Amino acid sequence: MDWMKIFSALLIILMLVYIVPRAKGMLKNSPKASNNDMVAALIPLLLVIGFVFLLIKSV
Amino acid sequence: MNRPVELAQSQSAVLEVNKVLKNTYALLSVTLLFSALTAFISMQMEMPGFMPLVATFGALGLIWFVLPRTANSAAGIGVVFAITGLLGLGLGPMLNSYLQMSNGSQLIMTSLGGTGVIFLALSGYALTTKRDFSFMGGMLVVGMVLVLIAALANIFLEIPALSLAISAIVIVIMSGFILYDTSRIINGGERNYIMATVGLYLSIYNIFVNLLMLLGVMSDD
Repeated sequence: MDWMKIFSALLIILMLVYIVPRAKGMLKNSPKASNNDMVAALIPLLLVIGFVFLLIKSV
Repeated sequence: MNRPVELAQSQSAVLEVNKVLKNTYALLSVTLLFSALTAFISMQMEMPGFMPLVATFGALGLIWFVLPRTANSAAGIGVVFAITGLLGLGLGPMLNSYLQMSNGSQLIMTSLGGTGVIFLALSGYALTTKRDFSFMGGMLVVGMVLVLIAALANIFLEIPALSLAISAIVIVIMSGFILYDTSRIINGGERNYIMATVGLYLSIYNIFVNLLMLLGVMSDD
């Protein structure tokens, strides 16, 4: 259905119009991360990736 | 001299954070159940394939234009139920199409369980470490913008591998948002439990949908 594609694209464009200005603001105002902070955030995210990989293997 | 005052202030801040956390998790639990109910109704009524699109348009309209105006009043709770109910309704056709696969119910249950494990583990991590993950905000939103651009291109390109990559990246970004949102509640950055609930709900919803998509494509059947 082509109109489904058009409406999906419209939805994503609307999301982008809403998010992009906020993304700029958040990028400007986000505090800088130390190496420790980055490691503390990356470890759980890497564990999530590993967990998802395990789920994929299990089905 | 000011010690008792400082102590009282810090105790009141802790109490405030605990109250926001308690209310957020209570509202989140109820809205997840409500979503499950509307998804079930949508499945039983065999809603048409365009329903997810209509539901997402409706939910985004409520999130962008109605929720910010009602989040500080009791009406905000009704708006949260409307958002989560609509998104639940949108899940019906997708769940019905997975149930037509030979291992469909297993895939749905695995996605549901997997989403639960990811949410509980990340929330538990943020709550126990009490770290401030506010630095992730900018990165996560930029990541989301890039994913949306890729998804927009893929509507017309229809590359299956790109679709899989987008689903995998969305799971990671939404996991990051769970850390970010939970740490904002703990560190006093988010004092409105209605807004906090919607943020966490959207992360859980997106993880579930994208995990189901990944498992569906990668399963043998």
